[in-house]
Order: sequence, then structure tokens, then C-alpha cells
Amino acid sequence: MNIELTVNGISNQIDVNENTPLLWVVRDMLNLKGTKFGCGKAACGACTLHIDGEAVRSCSYPVKNAIGKEVTTIEGLSSEGQIHPVQQAWIEEIVPQCGYCQPGFMMTTAALLEKIPNPTDADIDANITNVCRCGTYYRMRKAIHRAALLKQQNT
Amino acid sequence: MSDSKNKKGWSRRKFLVRSAVGTGVVLGTAYLTRPVQKRSLAQIANTIEPPYQGFTNDPTIWFEILADNSVLLYSPKVEMGQGIFTSLAQMAADELEVDIKRIKVLHAPSASGNMDFFSTGGSTSISSLWVPLRELGATMRQMIMEETARIWNIPSDQLTVSDGIISDGSRTITYGEVVAQTTEWKIPKTPKLKDISKYKYIGQPIPRVDLEDKVMGAPIFGMDATMPDMVFGAVVRPDTIGATLDHIDLGGVADMPGVIQIVQEPDFVGVVATSRMEAELAKEAIKVTWKAERNWQLSDIQEMVRVGKGTAVTVQKKGSPKRILDNEDDVLQSEYTSPAGAHAQLEPNGALAFVEEDRATIYMSTQVVRLSREEIAQRLGLKSKQVNIIPTFLGGGFGRRLYTPNAIQAAVLSKAVGKPVKCFFNRKEEFQNDLFRPPTHHIMRGKLDKQGNILAIEHHLSSGDVTYGSPLLPKAITSFVGSDAGAWRGGMIQYHGIPNHRAISWHVKLPFATNYWRSLGLLANTFAIESFMDELAEKAGKDPVQFRLAHIQDDKAGKRLKAVIERAALEANYSNEVMKGRAMGFAASTDVNTPCAQVAEVSMENGMIKVEKVTCVMDPGISVNPDQIRAQCEGSIIMGLSASLYEQMTVVDGQLQPTIYGPYRMALMRDTPKEINVVLLQNDDKPGAVGEPPLGPVGAAIANAIYRLTGTRARDMPIAMV
Repeated sequence: MNIELTVNGISNQIDVNENTPLLWVVRDMLNLKGTKFGCGKAACGACTLHIDGEAVRSCSYPVKNAIGKEVTTIEGLSSEGQIHPVQQAWIEEIVPQCGYCQPGFMMTTAALLEKIPNPTDADIDANITNVCRCGTYYRMRKAIHRAALLKQQNT
Repeated sequence: MSDSKNKKGWSRRKFLVRSAVGTGVVLGTAYLTRPVQKRSLAQIANTIEPPYQGFTNDPTIWFEILADNSVLLYSPKVEMGQGIFTSLAQMAADELEVDIKRIKVLHAPSASGNMDFFSTGGSTSISSLWVPLRELGATMRQMIMEETARIWNIPSDQLTVSDGIISDGSRTITYGEVVAQTTEWKIPKTPKLKDISKYKYIGQPIPRVDLEDKVMGAPIFGMDATMPDMVFGAVVRPDTIGATLDHIDLGGVADMPGVIQIVQEPDFVGVVATSRMEAELAKEAIKVTWKAERNWQLSDIQEMVRVGKGTAVTVQKKGSPKRILDNEDDVLQSEYTSPAGAHAQLEPNGALAFVEEDRATIYMSTQVVRLSREEIAQRLGLKSKQVNIIPTFLGGGFGRRLYTPNAIQAAVLSKAVGKPVKCFFNRKEEFQNDLFRPPTHHIMRGKLDKQGNILAIEHHLSSGDVTYGSPLLPKAITSFVGSDAGAWRGGMIQYHGIPNHRAISWHVKLPFATNYWRSLGLLANTFAIESFMDELAEKAGKDPVQFRLAHIQDDKAGKRLKAVIERAALEANYSNEVMKGRAMGFAASTDVNTPCAQVAEVSMENGMIKVEKVTCVMDPGISVNPDQIRAQCEGSIIMGLSASLYEQMTVVDGQLQPTIYGPYRMALMRDTPKEINVVLLQNDDKPGAVGEPPLGPVGAAIANAIYRLTGTRARDMPIAMV
């Protein structure tokens, strides 16, 4: 069927099976490759993006549910000329190793900071449940605290 | 510097210089060191991978200088997170005399000829390219300088260079400008390499060169590759160990939405469709019955992997350990086990393949560019040179991409439909078709003398395949060495001061594939040996740190090992006392000549072990990029902690399980130590191994801490609950 899907502020007309996971629509039809496939069962968080500001694991989210909503991917996290504090913090802490899981973590973190602007370590432990095999969690925790600080300075 | 060679020159045949269309000049060489056949086979087996070997007598492309004075560096090694692209850029920038920002590191496509004969693995990328890459950079700089001298008609020693701009004091010219007006190059002798104190980038914590791409979500991975008119493939695979095809029913599948073609091959059945989801749905709709000779269970596997079963090879021996341990009283004996472990890297295996009449183009995450190329060429009936492997950034390697048969399937599907086909595992397939870290069983025996020093010690190790059966190492090497060197990596006794010691490697063939997993046998072997060292220290009534130091010889390797042990004890303020609910554990190992000591601090939280802090002291020799070496230590500690505490593949009714994250329990953010203190020492004059050595001590350090905290000795991984 034909659907209208708004991603990163741009409206798209797409002819797609409405049950297709949003992940594959974003990756293969809109060619936004920053959202990753990890497990297909919402177990690892590599595919995390935002729907109306909420972190969603898009591999298990049918595209029809996103109709009429605002989808944001890692490519749309920073606004024009202004890098998002989470991405800035990730750069300053030199977090990524292989880098594959990182967009999912950054999207999860960005959504977390909207709800809990200054998360404690316990908040981070409870809310950041994505999987990273390189073991960048140690730097990520620092980056999350730094992002919270940067975000507060920006506003 | 000892490795600077002033006399060596590159012959024209070996140093390729040619104009590149529209860009600039391409410089390269067949950098051939000693032929692989002449190297010690045992040395290759021991380090798993020999130093960098040029692959071909044909010229190979290393550098390209563009008109805007930027430099492309084609890496024969792949970037899988270990940070080598950054270190290579540092090494090139320092000898080329250009700002590191002008250097772009790219994966060398196999068509460039710049391939490593073996792989990216074994923690040898930087150590093996340390001399060749700097020599190439220095030679290229000198070549451009001499050409400039000819253009200006002045002696080259009157020229200076800074950031790729050559000056004679009154005028300047860029590398790019020299390159643009030169057609005939004269290759100079390789200049003397700079003194290390003169380097601007080497030794500095330069931010990763791929940092921005990875933070902004750039499409750099194999799974991100696209080609026009691309379609998607999926392949039917058995989910039971040892299963073969009994019956297949394709009824109705061809008519399913999006299905382009069903491809039946002698060894697999695949389907090609217009989208990933359609390909997956069609694959699921193919009704397959499998037959398996045996309904394997975990207990069957555990019974197979026992010291005393299979074949044994003594891989280390000094003195008469067997006579002492068989005959003396009061011999301490302990057994340890580790389970099969999955790689669980986040990017699944697969490839985007486009096979045309006379060529194949393959985008993929691979650690074995050459092997991937040979396997695909052989299957398609093409010559090697007709297959171009374009390596992408790897969404994790960890040894999982040293064997890539799924790329062959993508190529076969592409040939069948005449279009580019992207074919990747789903997660269940990724788990069930992994080449696992093999399960192990260890028996340690030790005897103390009257002074409480170790008189004799031995390590019996039983393991499934690591290097055995791998297409990566020629059969000649494994049969020459006679044992599975990957399995016993880290399994030899490093305390050479013990007068009688030996290590025996038992090999067993398992019904499912096991292979390379980051650091190979190191984690499990160190778990056994270093746990046992603590057990012996306790029996001797000695401090575990002093006890270790007392058994290390004063040769170079011994001195380096002692230094990391002493520093780790100091940094962590190591104590045998339980303080504020926390206890410490100590362990040390040497891997690929890099010694590493760690102290783990653990506490108990709701009956579960929590690792609060890890202190890691490592001596990798020269640290080309200390920040990324720290990152490798942090990552290794977390991966090792994860494998030691939580991870375990099991076998249930013939199926390898679990097949998804979560049930395959791995360390998450909440399990990560709040403190990881990494200290780097430098007691060698060249860069050594980094990516795997810090995995060695983790499991034993945690187990030793658990014992102090709880009084219970954890001898079976995973050890989360004791």
C-alpha cells in the first residue's frame, strides 16, 4: 500500500507492505543506513530511533504504526549547523570502537535525556540496555554524563 | 633506531609509480619481506599470524596523492574497532611530513593488490606494519623531494618540507603540485627513519580518524553497502547440529510477494526477493525436513571435552614435572572448565555481491580479504583477479570474520539472478552458524617445595578446534606443529623460574564448529593457570603477588612481566583483605609478547557478583596511540568479564542455544565496572600486540577476588553465581 511517512522532517510517499518493520523502510527504501539491524527481535537496540521523541526499537515496529508521526533517525538527530549534545559528547569521549551499535545507543541516550536531564548512574544502568560487543560501555557512561552537562549548558 | 635501514632501496619493479586518472599519482610497492615458507612454522603457529607479508609480486597500491595535496592511504588491514586506521595514519603522517588531517585511510580493495596474505587478526596489525609503512612513507617523501629538486634544479638537501609543502626558503610547492607535473619518477633509496623523539603524531592520543563517521551514522559497514538494482537473498539453513537435507517442499514459495527466484544448489537452497523481509518470509515458507544422526545434548559435549580424551601433545616441558607430580605426596590438583562462547558481534555476517560475466564485485566485512577472494573465485570458476573484494568497516570482528562462506552464497545467488544480491544472516542464523569459542577442560597439578616455592606444575588442557580445521592456516602448519596452537594460546606456564613445568594440549573434535574467538585460548587458559597460582600461593601461605614474582625468570620477557605485576599491585593498592564488602583478585598473562596484569575488585549484590573496579597494567612496547590502546584494554576487560561471568552456549536436543541477545546473557551497561584504570608501560622499543592480551587476566582476576570475598572458588565459567 501507499503510505506517507515523515522522517527527519521530510515527508515521503512509500509503496510498501504496511507490516514491514520500520527499520527496513528507513534503511532500504529511504537509504538512511545509520539505523542498524542487530537482532530483529528488539533485544539489542541497534535499530533504535525516535518516534515522536520516544526511543523505539524499529526492527519490531511495523511501518503502519509510524504513519502520522515524526520519525527521527541518527542522521536527523543534530539540527542544521548544531551538533546534538549526545553526539558532541560521544566525540569528546572518543566512545566508538567498531561503531556499529553506537547510533542505537546515542538515540536511546538522547531520548533518556529528554526525560531525565541529569541521569544518575542508576538511571543509566536502568535505561541503557542496548548491547555493545566492543565493550564501550565504560566510555559511554562518561559520555552520557557529559552530554547531560552539554545539554544543560546549551539551554 | 635499530630498525632504520638506510641501505635498502626499492627496485622500480617493486615500487609502483603511475599517474592515476584525474586525481594524482599512485605510489605503491610489493613490500615483500622474507617469504612465508622460510619463516619458522612454529613461530607462525605460536603467534597465529606472522608479521605482515606482501601477497604478490605485482605492484600494490599504498598511497595516492591527490591534486589538493591530500593523501589516500590504502590499508591492507581492516578496521574492526581496534583503532588501527588511526595508528596507520599517525605512522604515515609522521614520515610523509603531512598533517594527519590530510590523510584519509581506506580499505584497500583486493583489486589494488594490497592484501595481507593471512588476515587482520592476532593483534599484529600495527607491529607488523610498523617498519614497512614508515619506510614507504619516508621513501615517498624523499621521492617527491628529489623530484622537486630536479624541477627547481637545485640540490635536494637545500629543501625543507612541512605539511606536504616543500620550500627552498624563497618559494614553495605542494606534494600535489609536484605529482601533477611529474610523469617519470626515480625511486630513491629508503631514507633513514626519524628518531622516535621527533615524531609529532606517533605516541599521541590522536582522536580516531573514523570518529565522526561513526558518531554521525555514516554508511560505512558491509550491511550498509548498496548497488543500483540491488535485490535481497536468504538461504535455508539447518538449525540442528549435523543435520543434512532430507526433504524440501518449495510449493507456493515462487508465487509469494516479491520473490524473484529460488536458487537450488548442491549444497544449499536460497531465495532472492525484492526486499529483505520478502526474502526472509519466502525462506521461512520453504518446508524443509532435516535428518540428524544424533540428538546432541550439552552433557554429550561436556563429556567429550575432558582431559584424557582425544589426542595429546606436550607443548612445553622443563625438568621432570610428571615424575614429581605422579610420585610425590601432597600434590595440589584442581579442575577448571569454560563453556562454548559466541562472538555475538552486532553486525551479522553477509555480503553484497554482484557477479557479472567476467568479474565479481563483493562488498563485505571480512578479516580475510585474500581468502574471501579465493573462495569466491573458486566457486564461481573465475580467476582470483576477476574477483574484487571491497572490504568495509566491520561491525565487530573478534575473529568471527576469519571465515566467510556466506559471501560465497551471496555471490552464487547474484550469478543466478544477474543482479547485485545482498544476503545476510538473521540473528538466529548468526548464533547457530557461529564458529564458537570452544569449550575447555583443564587439570592443573602443582607441588610445593619445603620453602613454599613451586617445585613442579603442569597444565592439561582439553579443547575443541581453534586453528585445526581452519582454512586460514595451511594444513602443513598445523600438522607440522602437531597440536592446535590456538587452543593452547596462553596455556603455557609463564613462570619459567619453576624448575619443573609442562603444558599438555588435548584435542577433541566436536560435532559443531569452533574456531577463533578474540584471544583464542588465552582467556580460558589464563583462568585455569592464574586461579591455580592463587590456590598454590594460599597453600604456601604466601601473598599471591609476591608468590608470582618469585617464580619469574630474569630474562627480558620475565622482567617485563614482573614490571606489570609490580605496577598493578601498586596502582590498585592490592590487598588480600576484604574491605567494605569488596575483595581484590590478581592475575597476569603474557600474550604475543605483551605482558598484562590486572586487579579486579568485586562485591556481592543480591547474590550476584558485581565487578566494581579493574586495574590494568600492560606493556605493549611503544604505544602508537595510547588512547586507543586504553580503549582496547577497556573493551577487552568488559568482553572478558562478560564471557567469564555470564556467557554460555548450550546444546538442547541438537540445537545450539540461545539464539538471541538477552537469553545469551552478555555484560551490559549495568555490569560494567564504574572504574577501569589502565596504565601503559613501555619496556620494549617497538609496538607490540594490543587487541587481545588484556583479555587474558580478566576471568582469573575476578575468580580470585570472588574467592577472597566468599570463600568459594569459582572453577567453572560462567561464574556469575557462586
